[in-house]
Amino acid sequence: MDELAYVELKGIVKTFGALRANDGVDFRVNRGEIHALLGENGSGKTTLMNILTGLYRQDAGDVFVDGRRVFFRTPKDAIDSGIGMIHQHANLVDALSVEENIAAGTERTFWIDKKKLRVRISEIAESYRMLARPAAKIYSLSVGEKQAVEILKAFYRGVTTLVLDEPTSVLTPSEADALFLNLRRMRECGHAIVLITHKLNEVFDISDRVTVLRKGNSIFTSPIGATNRTELTEKMVGRAISLNIPRTAAPPARETSRPPLLDICEIVAGDGRGRFLDRVSLQVESGEIHGIAGVAGSGQRELCDAIAGLTLVTSGSVRLNGRDIRGMGPGRQRAYGVKIGYVPEDRMEMGLAGDMSISGNVMLRDFLTGLTGSNGPGKIFFNADEADALADRIIKKYDISAPGPAEPVKNLSGGNIQKVLLGREIERRPDLLITAYPVRGLDIGASTYIFELLNREKENGVGILFIGEDLDILLGLCDRVSVMRSHKLVATLDARTAAKTEIGALMAGHSGAPAL
Amino acid sequence: MTLLDIALFGQTAVLMGTPLLLAALGEILTEKAGHMNLGVEGMMLAGAAAGFIAGFYTNSPALAFAAAGAAGAAGALIYAVLTVSLRANQIVTGFVLTIFLSGVANFVGSDLGNSTLGDGFTSVGDGGSFFSSIPFFGPVLFEQSRYVHFSLIMAAAVWIYLNKTSPGLSLRMVGENPSSADAAGIPVTFYKYSHILAGGFLCGAGGACLTLVIVKRWQESATAGMGWIAIALVIFAAWGPLKAVFGAYLFGALRGLSFKIQNAPISIGGRSLSVPAQILDLLPYIMTVVALILITLGKKRENQPPRSLGKPYFREER
Repeated sequence: MDELAYVELKGIVKTFGALRANDGVDFRVNRGEIHALLGENGSGKTTLMNILTGLYRQDAGDVFVDGRRVFFRTPKDAIDSGIGMIHQHANLVDALSVEENIAAGTERTFWIDKKKLRVRISEIAESYRMLARPAAKIYSLSVGEKQAVEILKAFYRGVTTLVLDEPTSVLTPSEADALFLNLRRMRECGHAIVLITHKLNEVFDISDRVTVLRKGNSIFTSPIGATNRTELTEKMVGRAISLNIPRTAAPPARETSRPPLLDICEIVAGDGRGRFLDRVSLQVESGEIHGIAGVAGSGQRELCDAIAGLTLVTSGSVRLNGRDIRGMGPGRQRAYGVKIGYVPEDRMEMGLAGDMSISGNVMLRDFLTGLTGSNGPGKIFFNADEADALADRIIKKYDISAPGPAEPVKNLSGGNIQKVLLGREIERRPDLLITAYPVRGLDIGASTYIFELLNREKENGVGILFIGEDLDILLGLCDRVSVMRSHKLVATLDARTAAKTEIGALMAGHSGAPAL
Repeated sequence: MTLLDIALFGQTAVLMGTPLLLAALGEILTEKAGHMNLGVEGMMLAGAAAGFIAGFYTNSPALAFAAAGAAGAAGALIYAVLTVSLRANQIVTGFVLTIFLSGVANFVGSDLGNSTLGDGFTSVGDGGSFFSSIPFFGPVLFEQSRYVHFSLIMAAAVWIYLNKTSPGLSLRMVGENPSSADAAGIPVTFYKYSHILAGGFLCGAGGACLTLVIVKRWQESATAGMGWIAIALVIFAAWGPLKAVFGAYLFGALRGLSFKIQNAPISIGGRSLSVPAQILDLLPYIMTVVALILITLGKKRENQPPRSLGKPYFREER
């Protein structure tokens, strides 16, 4: 590394209260380079990049651009120095058009010259061979297109160093390929690109160098050719960890006389505006992990809600152990002894009440009856000791790091929050466990733990419906994988033999055209 | 009815709709900055009182207008400090502002009950000019108070500002997504303050139009709920200044209708139509409810409120 670094951070320190999020981090990225920044949750990646892009101010340390020391007070200062960030979720205004989003805040003139604006946008889009529809409203775009608009916006502002925060986590495989193609073109144009990610295969796919952060320190930097997966994982987690998602043996074949655990037949759900489940059929066996792949919003959430009795199913049948449970809400399911556990995708919205204690949260589904039925609907008072005891048990059993059962759930880290939720559902001894994106946003350590938990439940004979987005995880963990596309279930494959490309094509509807 | 009758009715409708239009334009500016100011009624009343007092003592329409606007803007300033800087709940703050300003206005106006104004205030803008000789539109739009002209110019100006200029685009971005506006280098706090104050000015001016031009007297609680109708009108107009013009004149026509029928009973087919005055007075309010229901039923993507309306903005800090 003799050449002068284009952007350099030296000895960055940033504390939030008692937490040292960055503790003397060094980081450098060159022109014409894609630099991957790896690290577990809480390792300080995002804090570091927020300092680089002017959102936070560092307590100590310096930022250099092109050898010159710079101070950023606002994101605008950083953009003026050519540094821009693409956040995980597009920071665009839905109600405005693409060109309006790009122009806002940049125009020096009072009147907006739409013609000139359009010409400039299409020039920039052309130079990166991206497609632009300047007049389209943001809400009509797909997630991948929105991300492309964010990138265009950055270049419109003259950005030469682009930071992307887990950009592929919201994309389909083909959209991700298109993004990577664009990133490579940007590298050819001499831009510097920082890619924050969890996914090791992306790092080896596209980056030139990699830096690993752990606990607020930069502990490792290497050209990509000189390292390997095992080494990077070890550096991230601080210990050796098995990268292979363990798949336990398939369940023994069901006796033909017994009905499947979950048997969904041709269910339809929807309202006046359209169907959100279109004749979906699906079977889940006891002791099976059944994966659902699909682009976000293809009906996965509605499928989960339909089984859990949270959405109205207008036709078709839902059977659990041969018993018709269609139209049973969670309350009636409990009353009739139908045991379904549900870990919804938005943990803090639908799964838990963030301001309530761990005790309160683990009792949420049972506070009316009590765990032993001691509260009964006839009794008014809530048994707090019982709740605390359960919370204590879950904290110990699932290795949750929390000060105690009285701690509000929102103060826990993402991995611990998920463990509280999973612990609650598993402790209720369900026959069927629905988990929607259970490892979304979790780091490798926490994810591995969740997989172990699910495998243990599988061995106990629980049927698990696993909604996922990462195809490597789906194919590694599940026994079978079904693919959903535009509210239909289009195929069910054996996860042991199915290929990633096959599932990707099914998700995209065979055309496989990138959305950019 | 002759064409002249219709024109005269139109003239009344437009005049009656003008305070509503001004207040609605003010609320559109405020809401486009992401702030729901329910203090419209109070700010109108403050403008009505301040305008009347200034007019009564100085006999200057210009000073009365300025005083009314300043009173409305002063009310809006209280609101802005509370909701922008201190991030208080916007709904509660707006309600309290209305209660507070109504009290103040009724208190300072309590001695003015029998006062009347000079003729200068009701003079029409273009009496006898080329424009007023246009049939129908002459009397309806041009033989009118300067407030009518001001409100129409403002409606067009606000539309152009929002849709064709870069500060207008910045304002829309602030109301939709303040954090992306902030990231784009738009001074969010400045935009919020300036447009809330401008909105207050227009509400105050609307109130003055009522006491100075329409009623020509100070009455306790002169606005009689007009501020609330103006807020509904903003939804009715889907945050569009030009649609607000039609909405305001529709409500103005309903008010005018109740005026007309009370003063000169209309006969239909030989029978004179007698409707209790209270029912007629109810019309604009019933219409408000009906309009809101219809608008809500026909929800469209384009007609949605600014995305971060009512939400306080914190720059991200842990």
